[in-house]
Order: sequence, then structure tokens, then C-alpha cells
Amino acid sequence: MGGYLADMAELLGSYNLIGAFWVNIQLTFWSALFAFIIGTVLAVMRVSPAPSLRWAGATYVNLVRNTPLTLIILACSLGLWGQLGVILATNEAGRVDITSNSFRLAVLGLSAYTAAFVCESLRSGVNTVPAGQAEAARAIGLGFGQSMRMIILPQAIRGAIAPLGNTLIALAKNTTVAQAAGVVQAASVMATMIEFRPDLMVAIFLVIALGWVIIVLPIGLVSTYLSRRLGVAR
Amino acid sequence: MSSVLFDAPGPRTRRRIAVVNVVGALVVLGVLAWVIWGLAQKGQLTAAKWNPFLTETVWADYLLVGLWNTLRAALIAIVTANAFGLLFGLGRLSQSRLVRGVCGTVVEFFRAVPVLIMMIFFWQLFSYVPGPWMAAPPFYGVVFGLTLYNGSVIAELVRSGVQNLPRGQREAALAIGLTRSKSLRLVEVPQALIAMMPSMVSQLVVILKDTALGYIITYSELLRSARLVGSTFANYVPALIVAAVIFIVINYTLTWLAELLARRLSKRTAGGTRPAELTPADAGE
Repeated sequence: MGGYLADMAELLGSYNLIGAFWVNIQLTFWSALFAFIIGTVLAVMRVSPAPSLRWAGATYVNLVRNTPLTLIILACSLGLWGQLGVILATNEAGRVDITSNSFRLAVLGLSAYTAAFVCESLRSGVNTVPAGQAEAARAIGLGFGQSMRMIILPQAIRGAIAPLGNTLIALAKNTTVAQAAGVVQAASVMATMIEFRPDLMVAIFLVIALGWVIIVLPIGLVSTYLSRRLGVAR
Repeated sequence: MSSVLFDAPGPRTRRRIAVVNVVGALVVLGVLAWVIWGLAQKGQLTAAKWNPFLTETVWADYLLVGLWNTLRAALIAIVTANAFGLLFGLGRLSQSRLVRGVCGTVVEFFRAVPVLIMMIFFWQLFSYVPGPWMAAPPFYGVVFGLTLYNGSVIAELVRSGVQNLPRGQREAALAIGLTRSKSLRLVEVPQALIAMMPSMVSQLVVILKDTALGYIITYSELLRSARLVGSTFANYVPALIVAAVIFIVINYTLTWLAELLARRLSKRTAGGTRPAELTPADAGE
């Protein structure tokens, strides 16, 4: 048993596991940022009064939501880069910087995918506001801008916290799929470690799984806390 | 359209909306035209790239084989995930604190770990540990990963399904002399299962989408066979587009079915039957 633990410690020492998880965290951060921007635009389109924008937003969401993420990431690396020659990162010599290019393509795929779910989270937030609130705002003489700013949006944003938190958790876990674009992160390091020491397989899995619990748990706790604290009781 | 966001439009607003509508349509068409033009520029729209999809070989030898593997893994996983989910969902409702604790830990653990991590682990486990699974480690990797992850999500559906029933259901069952466990078995769980049905159909979409992760652990599912078509006929982009269309058609049909079920079943349970909204990897509570 002591030998097993010593072996495991030595194995962990020879692989940069923290660095691998750091890649997942960076993927999560950038994808969350872009997904939030694209998702907000999509949500505005979906609730706008112009039918063509509503239709375009709905089509995007329905197509993307029903496509596997692996396919989208693969389409980014194999299709956009491999076939269509889209390059997102070059080094000083003007050549493709493969590591950051793969990273950015993965961010592109993750953002495009997650944006559809961000859009639906925001829209469900708007849907939590009963129509009577808008009518009441109008009845006491508030204009469109005022009732938006003071009555509707504050409630809509609070209603969106819980689904946005779920979306963020799913995004964090989905960063492992960047594997399909060849981005080296926790999933690939786990595979390499197991290939090197199959006898330590279970311990390796548990360490990696623990890493995910450490990343995912705080997001869940914070979003539950915020949605309870700020949520509007109905 | 009635919305909390807008007043009923007057004549001026209606004109403005019409203008925005036309401009929006033009922008959308412009983007579409730009994508198609770009694909054409790169020679992706030539007959040589698309004709293979009119031949029997591409379908019989590649895509249908891949689709079958995708469906096979998804169908087995939905059965095992439901068994897992029912077991651990009821475990979380148990009166014993120990059983509740163990089931809760298991469910939370498998919900926190990415499916791909589990798939890679089981894929490698099944290629080292001797047994009948050694014949097809990627397949078992996919099925085990999907079962543990989706089973945990379904366990939560079972639990929330029972907890969302009106309290009167249990009170009435106890009042006519049933025990707690009989009330659970005869009154609450059957209703919870009906209430869950639409969410479970939505969960099928998640499972079907996640089988594509099998691509990464070399399971020859639809995406992998599409890629094989791409390398055989030098038409990667069309092959990925065709695979995406197949996935979208199947999943869209399942989503539609979930909504249909929700409407049909709403009279048969005291709990609500709205299908859970899909989030990127799971249909959350």
C-alpha cells in the first residue's frame, strides 16, 4: 500500500496536472465570456418584435442545441482550420502557432455551442416575469425604458441566475471535449498517465475526478446561493 | 406577440418594426450568402464532394453502420441509466440517513465529473481488466460513461419528481392506512414517473448527443464514420454537414416527442409534466 501511494506521488510529480486543469479553466473563462456575449445577442433577437430576427435566433438555437458538441469542435479544427484554412493564431515567423490555434478554435466551438444555452437561460429569465408586472408598471405611469430598467430586467436577470449557473457548470465540464481539437488538458493528461501506469488507473481517475469536483462544486454553491439570495419569490 | 417587454405597437412602432424586420432579414441572408460563397471559393460545393452521398457504399458501409452504433450505444445506455437512476433516486428518498448519504454522494460525484473523463477511464479499464468486454472496450466505455452520468441526472429527476408532488398525495395515502414505503411505491413513484417521462425523453437527446464523445475514445459511431467518409472521398466538410443533419433530425424529433408527451400526460399526475430545459450537458432539475 505504501509503495502504491509512493508510486502515485511520483507519477503525479512527473505530470503537470495543475497546468492541465489550468487549461480547462482558461477554456472555461474565454468560452464563458464569448458565449455570454453571443448568447445575449441571440436572446435579444429571440424576444425582439421583428419576426426575421426572432426566426434567425430560434433557428440558430435549435440547430446548435441538437448538434453534438464533439461534432462542432471537430468541425472547427478539421473543417475551419484543416479544410477552409481559417487560422486564429500565428507565431512571430508568421506560421500557424498550433497550440494556441487549437486552443482558440476550441474556444470558438465551445462559445458557439454554449451561446445557444445562454440564450435560452436568459429567455427563461424573462419568462419568469409575469405579464401583470409590465401592465402594473404601465398603469402607474412608467414609460417603456423605466419599466424595463426598474421592473422587468432586475427580475429577469435574477430569474436567469440558476440556469446560467447550470450552463457554466456544463461548460466547465465540456472543456474536456477540446480533446477533439487536440488541446492538451486534464482529459488528455489522464489518458497519457493511465497509458504509462495502467496499474495506478483507479487512483489516477480518482485524482482527476477530485479535480473536477473542486472546480464544479464552488460554481454550483455560488449560483445556488445567489439564486436563493437574489431570486424573486413567487 | 404578447410579451412583458413590449407595449402593443402603434402605427409608428409598427413601421419601425417592419423596417427592422426587412433589415434583419437582409443581414441574415447576407451572412448565409457569405458562408455559401466562402464554401464555394474553397471548392466545397463541387459535385465531386457531394456525389458520394448519392452512392450506396457511403450509406451502407459507413454512415448507416455508424448510425447503428450510435443508436445501439444510446439505447442500451438509456435502459441502464434509467435502472441506475431509479435505484439511486429512490435511495435518496430513503428513510435511512446512511442510504440517503451514500446515494447522494454517488449521484453528486457522477454529476460533477465530465462524461468524457469517465469514458476514457472505462475505455482503458476495459482494455486492461480481462473479461468479455475486452472485445470492445470503446463500446463499453461509452455505455458506462453515459450510464453513470445520465443515471445520476435521472436519479435527480426521480427525486424532484416525487418531491414536486403535492403533499396531499402522501397525506391521503397515509390516511387510508398505507405505510410510508407503500405510499411511495403505490402512489408517489408511479405519478413521479409519469411526470418525469417528458424530461426523460429530453434526456435521450443528451444521451444521443453524448455518444458522439465516443469519437474521442475510438468508438466507431456516426461522427467517426462521417470522418472516415471524409478521408476516403476527400470531402470532410460535406461529411460533417451530413452527420450534423442526421443528428439534428433525430434530436429534433425526440424534442418534439417530449413536448407531445408532456401535453398528453399532464392529466395523469398531480405533478407538472413540463420537459426539463436542456442545458449544455444535462437536463437539470
